[in-house]
Amino acid sequence: MSNLAVLPIVIPLIASVISAFIPKKLGLSRFIAKLFAIIFLVYAGYLAWVVFTDGIIVMQASGWAAPFGISIVADYLSVTLVLITSILTTAAVFYAPSSLSQLQESYYFYTFMFLMISGVVGAFLTGDLFNLFVFFEVLLMASYGLIVLGGGKVQLRESLKYVLFNVFSSMLFVTTIGFIYASVGTVNMAHLAERIQEAEQAGILTGLAVLLFFVFAIKAAIFPLYYWLPNSYIVPNPVVSALFGALLTKVGIYSILRVFTLIFNHDIGITHEIFTWLAIFTMLFGVIGALSTQNVKLIVTYNIIPAIGFILMGISLYSSAGIEGSVYYLVHDMIIKAALFFLVGALVVAAGTDDLRKMGGLITRYPVLGWLFFIGSLVLAGVPPFSGFIGKILLLRGSLEQEEILLTVAALITSLLILYSMIRIFVRGFWGDTVEGLPEGQNKKVRHLTIPAAVLLAISIFIGIGAEFIYPHVETIANMLLDRAEYINAVLRE
Amino acid sequence: MEILMAILASILFATAIYNLLQKQFLRIIIGTVLLSHAAHLFLLTMGKLKRGNPPVLVEGVTNYADPLPQALILTSIVISFGVTSFLLVLAYRTYTLNKSDNMDELRGSSDE
Repeated sequence: MSNLAVLPIVIPLIASVISAFIPKKLGLSRFIAKLFAIIFLVYAGYLAWVVFTDGIIVMQASGWAAPFGISIVADYLSVTLVLITSILTTAAVFYAPSSLSQLQESYYFYTFMFLMISGVVGAFLTGDLFNLFVFFEVLLMASYGLIVLGGGKVQLRESLKYVLFNVFSSMLFVTTIGFIYASVGTVNMAHLAERIQEAEQAGILTGLAVLLFFVFAIKAAIFPLYYWLPNSYIVPNPVVSALFGALLTKVGIYSILRVFTLIFNHDIGITHEIFTWLAIFTMLFGVIGALSTQNVKLIVTYNIIPAIGFILMGISLYSSAGIEGSVYYLVHDMIIKAALFFLVGALVVAAGTDDLRKMGGLITRYPVLGWLFFIGSLVLAGVPPFSGFIGKILLLRGSLEQEEILLTVAALITSLLILYSMIRIFVRGFWGDTVEGLPEGQNKKVRHLTIPAAVLLAISIFIGIGAEFIYPHVETIANMLLDRAEYINAVLRE
Repeated sequence: MEILMAILASILFATAIYNLLQKQFLRIIIGTVLLSHAAHLFLLTMGKLKRGNPPVLVEGVTNYADPLPQALILTSIVISFGVTSFLLVLAYRTYTLNKSDNMDELRGSSDE
């Protein structure tokens, strides 16, 4: 038992409260944001190091032992994702001043951002199903604040739909928790995991599992529930889109990964079979969406969806190669999505439009941005030796081991089409003849926007090339997810 | 008693879904309010309804009320209250800027 586990939730919360008091003093609030982001980054690194050397840390709130109190569990998967979140937070804090207008920044951008980070981290760390709902609400409330920031006509229209979808899925979540509490009598995840193995009415529990999956599938944008995502993710500022694309849908897929490895694995024949089909459709339809549009922001946004499909594919396989692939891909995708949203933000500033048909020849003026975008596309598509490749090869190996030929073929086709959809931006936007009427005097701004993206790309390349170093940790995470005993013992027996 | 409450919750769910599927903002927001009421009522029922017993666990006492659903509902009520008030303000702003409160006219297209 240790308070170490709760600090990653508290640090962004403190930053959020402090910056709420000084919204108009931009210099000071920028400094506070950067300071806290770096403290958070260092602390998350330290926590990850402690957990990977000494094992899972559990904090029981107010000393109420699980399953009566609320448990905060810093296990291997959670701390890894917290570390990635802290990296993205730091990058976003350095990206934001150049991307947002001063007015937008002074309307509580940092407050909402840190509040959202606090909710995301809380969702990763909590060991209690109801608490997961509360942290979902924390991050959603903050995301409502971020999505309306700026308040344009289109932005408000799409925000309203986003809020309505999330309100509906939240209420469904509460109802499902009610069902689970009535049938099993607990909401603590480790306790649930034990009780569900002993429970007799497996049919009802499978029904509840699918209901819970439905809730998380809305958040994670899984076929056929992704229709709310593209339009609402392109309306806010690129820095907000980057945080949404890299963190919010990933919280949904993380919840699926956690719940369907730890709790609901009593009837894999039904639940994980559904996942296989949904993974195939999510991958294919997501990438078809990316090919269907000429809007650069929309192309990157649609690429969130096949990535979720890949992670779901690993969960559906439920083997060590599959889960390892999912975890590797999750880590890879969080970083590369943020990097690509940052780069697209810079591209839109450089070209003055988000319509691909009106761009061209940008490579002569912005060579660094162009080549970074090219590398980013390769990383996303999973060209060796970058990070997407390692995740995909694990997933494909797991898929072939179980002779899921259709799944394998769908994954390969999707990878190829992802590469095509991204390279299209590079070929049309950066090559070709220079179009007239490019905005002048944006060089400095574009350079400021490119640096955080370049750092994220470097990390992403390291995850690919340094697979020797990363893979043992991923193996530890996958073993913990599949074995379950370590997690349950850490929460309930100590 | 539980059966009665469950039926009541299901009626609330049905009216909520009906309202959510309407086109006017205000009806949709009323739908979300009813949905949260339904979920809360349902949560209360799921903890088994008992009257007259304190929610305190003392050794030897077997007949006690379950305090957990109350705690869950309180949290959830506060959240849905906040979200509803935000939603009303957002709907009003959207209406003033877009000059419409009809979802059909707010579909949006890719050519903007």
